[in-house]
Amino acid sequence: MLFWTTIKIALRSMLANKLRAILTMLGMIIGVAAVIAMLALGNGAKKRILGWVSRMGKNTITIFPHNPKIAPVLNGSADPLTIGDARAILKIPHVKYVSPVVTAWQPVKWGGNFTTCNIVGCAPTYIKIHDFKIQNGAMFTDYDCQDIASVAVIGPETAERLFGSQDAIGRTITVSTVRFKVVGVLVPKGRHGWFDPDNQVLLPYTTAMTDLMGRLVALNHIDLQVDHAANLNRVQAAAQNVLRLNHSLIHGDEDDFWISNQLQVLKMANRIGGAFTLFLGAVAGISLLVGGIGIMNIMLVTVTERTREIGIRKAIGARRRDILRQFLIESMIISLLGGLVGVGAGIVAAHYVKFRSFSGHVEPSMVFLALSISAAIGIFFGYYPARRAAALNPIEALRYE
Amino acid sequence: MGQRELLEMTNLTKRYRIGDTDVLALDAVDLVISRGEMLAITGPSGSGKSTLMNILGCLDTANSGSYMLAGEDVSKLAGDQLAAIRNRRIGFVFQNFNLLPRLSALENVELPLLYAGRHDARTLAHAALTTVGLADRTHHEPNQLSGGQRQRVAIARALVTDPAIILADEPTGNLDSQVGRDILDLFHRLNQAGSTIIIVTHDHEVARHCGREVQLRDGRIVAEVQHAPQHQPSTTKEATAAA
Repeated sequence: MLFWTTIKIALRSMLANKLRAILTMLGMIIGVAAVIAMLALGNGAKKRILGWVSRMGKNTITIFPHNPKIAPVLNGSADPLTIGDARAILKIPHVKYVSPVVTAWQPVKWGGNFTTCNIVGCAPTYIKIHDFKIQNGAMFTDYDCQDIASVAVIGPETAERLFGSQDAIGRTITVSTVRFKVVGVLVPKGRHGWFDPDNQVLLPYTTAMTDLMGRLVALNHIDLQVDHAANLNRVQAAAQNVLRLNHSLIHGDEDDFWISNQLQVLKMANRIGGAFTLFLGAVAGISLLVGGIGIMNIMLVTVTERTREIGIRKAIGARRRDILRQFLIESMIISLLGGLVGVGAGIVAAHYVKFRSFSGHVEPSMVFLALSISAAIGIFFGYYPARRAAALNPIEALRYE
Repeated sequence: MGQRELLEMTNLTKRYRIGDTDVLALDAVDLVISRGEMLAITGPSGSGKSTLMNILGCLDTANSGSYMLAGEDVSKLAGDQLAAIRNRRIGFVFQNFNLLPRLSALENVELPLLYAGRHDARTLAHAALTTVGLADRTHHEPNQLSGGQRQRVAIARALVTDPAIILADEPTGNLDSQVGRDILDLFHRLNQAGSTIIIVTHDHEVARHCGREVQLRDGRIVAEVQHAPQHQPSTTKEATAAA
């Protein structure tokens, strides 16, 4: 009962000083809203990155031809990745698809239209590994690869830039100086930051290597898909053994290649995203701190103003802890009400504020966190004023005008 | 301490230090108050009556001497222990009423019971307000009440815990004379119903309403006066304690 009376007194004294209560709460509102919005934004960014990574195929492993541990920059001293390596990897159990990949940044022309995009020489399995779908025509085949056929599958963005609304299938485009017949167009995936999977040209790797890039051995990477996530690490280890054998590495030699599996990438993206979110949250947390100081300030004023009330309460038998609790409850009401409104404002802000390509994503845990922090701030910054109130001498407090 | 004595102060001394000078506010005061008494403590300002009232009301403690209240030695208590004694044993009535402004009459009267952790607060508060004749004003806030009504609420708050003593500090000081007389009548009725009442005042008219008057000067009790009950001319007897 005393508890409810205390809350009632706190609310009434806030009502009696509406403007002051609102201004004090505003500090908390802004702080909590900023924290929620920033956490949501960081979380949104993380989700975006994770979505991007996972949309580039399930259970994938990518093998690069150089090891950043021993040679941060590609330097010719290492054995290149070869078609032979790719064939050997295909024999590893649990490997579903393998595609050798060569890439280049080249101009693409049709008629008077022109775009520069990523040219990818790959096997037909490439679109299965990376979960691309064909909207028009068909993917080129293993026979096309054997025949070094001049055929191309293009991204929807590329098709749009070259052909506008016209049908791309059957038309002949010029990549660099070589002519290719378009046999298929990919389904759009959506742009992901700097990398646009919708603006690229897929060619048979044999054709790309022979006709376009003038190299017949070195691959840019080997992409593969594993049948199940549980086998990722096992396949990665097997691939490492196979490549070490192929590259004649002996015990003690560092790998001259680099294998990254999607789980590791996801984990790293998660970590980076988490750190980013934490950083944003911490920056916003500073405004919460300022809000807390505002509460402390107002509570000190309140305690001084209500010295006489404190004296009366002590005279009729309030103990130290009764007074302490009363003012702590008051500061907690301010901080929690501010926190609640702040959560609302933060959610609205996170919903409307879009930062480049990602928007905020609020989770219940953030709301819980923000409200807990609000309550903690109410207690922390309310404690000193409340202790001062509790320590007042009743005789002097009663005499206070 | 016998059955009738409710309160016994022995050799009570209180010193203050104001700046560089020691002030002897109470100088070896002995005072015995019986259950059911209505007592006035009078004296000019600076006589130590405020100090005595603060110690009687357990708001303060003396430097030396003993103070037994309802069979309990309260002279060595401090802080929350004193707060508990005030809550259970003392009912304060102040000159300027000292009600909490944003609470209704009923809530004001309830408050000491809530601090005592009692669950029948509402019922008892109603009863106390009925006793002081304010059963129809329970939900009014202090600023909606007249001075006399506010003082009645304060008296209800003082008696609601059924304290050992009701301690009133110039209870009619802020009231006009007719309302003041009503308040004194209320104290009389409470006293006749068994309450022990101590009124601290400089007003002789008020003091004459009390059965006994203790006069204070320079921190000592200089005289005790027995008044005949109800407005009768009083007889005076110099206290032998005054030296």
